[in-house]
Amino acid sequence: MAKVFERPKSLVDMQTHYCPGCTHGIIHRLIAEVMDELNFADRAIGVAPVGCAVLGYLYFTCDMQEAAHGRAPAVATGIKRVVPDGVVFTYQGDGDLASIGCAEIVHAAARGENITTIFVNNGIYGMTGGQMAPTTLPGDKTSTSPYGRDTKKQGFPIRVSEMLSTLDGPAYVARVSVHTVPHIIRARRAIKKAFQYQIAGQGFTLVEVLSTCPTNWGLTPLEALDKLAKDMLPYYPLGEYKDIEAGAKQ
Amino acid sequence: MGERVLMKGNEAIAEAAIQAGCRFFFGYPITPQNELPEYMSRRMPQVEGTFVQAESEVAAINMVYGASGAGARVMTSSSSPGISLKQEGISYMAGAELPAVIVNIVRGGPGLGSIQPSQGDYFQAVKGGGHGDYRLIVLAPANLQEAVDLVTEAFDLADLYRNPVLILGDGLLGQMMEPVEFRPGTKRELPPKTWATTGTRHHVGSKSVINSLVLDAPGLENHNLRLQAKYARIAQDEQKAELLHCTDAEVVVVAYGSTARIAKTAIGNLRQLGHKVGLLRPITLWPFPVHAFQEVIPHAKTFLTVEMSSGQLVEDVRLTVNGARPVHYYGRMGGMVPTHEEISAECLKVLGGAR
Repeated sequence: MAKVFERPKSLVDMQTHYCPGCTHGIIHRLIAEVMDELNFADRAIGVAPVGCAVLGYLYFTCDMQEAAHGRAPAVATGIKRVVPDGVVFTYQGDGDLASIGCAEIVHAAARGENITTIFVNNGIYGMTGGQMAPTTLPGDKTSTSPYGRDTKKQGFPIRVSEMLSTLDGPAYVARVSVHTVPHIIRARRAIKKAFQYQIAGQGFTLVEVLSTCPTNWGLTPLEALDKLAKDMLPYYPLGEYKDIEAGAKQ
Repeated sequence: MGERVLMKGNEAIAEAAIQAGCRFFFGYPITPQNELPEYMSRRMPQVEGTFVQAESEVAAINMVYGASGAGARVMTSSSSPGISLKQEGISYMAGAELPAVIVNIVRGGPGLGSIQPSQGDYFQAVKGGGHGDYRLIVLAPANLQEAVDLVTEAFDLADLYRNPVLILGDGLLGQMMEPVEFRPGTKRELPPKTWATTGTRHHVGSKSVINSLVLDAPGLENHNLRLQAKYARIAQDEQKAELLHCTDAEVVVVAYGSTARIAKTAIGNLRQLGHKVGLLRPITLWPFPVHAFQEVIPHAKTFLTVEMSSGQLVEDVRLTVNGARPVHYYGRMGGMVPTHEEISAECLKVLGGAR
């Protein structure tokens, strides 16, 4: 009987520490599938963040570095300059990238650093127990916005893809989601394109992946997927915000 | 090679790094070390090296982390407030055991302080600086030739022990001009960087991970014990100090860097007047040159520590002398540089007390 589905070769055969229903597993898998398809695992060097994916360095078969909180794009810059023919990627959450690491991501993008960032946006600090993130939606309750995010006091969420797409450095910036199978397929396509652009030396690439956190959202996995579709999609529209091949925003 | 050239301290340190095989530099502007990154920005392209002006000192040290983790000889430089910002990255590098050379051209503090020379970062340099139990190897040159020689040594020590090395200068050393000669140092046998993340194509069958996270307590304690054993080896084998007129000295002045140089003038003058004064100059601030003290203590009547700080070096001198002899302190702060007359006067005061 032919095997039609199996673990990607670039994913280590082990149990992850992610909560049931969390979409990190899907996103890890997509990266590994693209690594397999484009056959670059043996020259890939990944950078894991601080946050839920802090143990990400365990799960990919490629070489990995674990960065300080928010500093993954700087670490990746150092790696890429030393190993220019390597395929260097960062895997970062929203607290890591959009809060403490805001300077590092903006300047890596502005330099057109030839790396790929997979930015997982679930609107909350998962690892530390559900605090408000820079991407938490207005009105959403978290452990540090227990009355709901009040934009008068706690400001507004940051739309990272839109912000970075105003820069000249990035070659590709896209926002995708993984809440349905068709979305997962489109997310995979975007991740593949980002890596292809890096391999072709075209510059900085980032794929923002809308993701769920059933545990800290206080929802079942299915309810969390519904919330993503209902609440996140209107605030964070999907699409390719920058694509130097296409020339302009689509 | 073999030729003496007149150079500014910051530029001489940069050129020495290039001569030592450093091809990656990540920095951020801050006075009084700007000539160092500026020189690197001119020089690196000539040797197919990489210069990146980072968005902050925080980013610069993390670029160093990444580059070092990928196996490169890499340097960053800054001055006091910028070095404070780098402490996070330095702690991570110590934890992940990454070699690199970090230059601190110290200025007056605390806070924004001044841009004048100071030694106020001594504690930060030798006692950790960032979080956790770790040590940096700290080298303190007193002139530009020594600075140049110590840069080569710093890269070798970093690679040998897989540990960041700090060169602790000051605004005087960074800004002064002196003739220097770039000469190859003593060749050390350095281990290959089999741990570097260059892609598994270069180390088939194994995966390299650069990391300072050890979540289980027994595992992290073991990691710490291994680090401590390494630090103990360094402390035993890598101490360096200069002894001048110490065999018959009644007063031994202890000073490092620019201050030691000024102290030398004072000691020379006092010797001409027949006073028995000597100098113990730590070249490695960590490891502290305990062996040199052990050599000197039997003959010395008393010690006088001179520093451009509020009594930081003197704490290590007292720990080392451990009550065997009196230890005095004289210092200036905030960018004020002690004169040789001041140091002579202090020596005479101490001599008077010692008799």
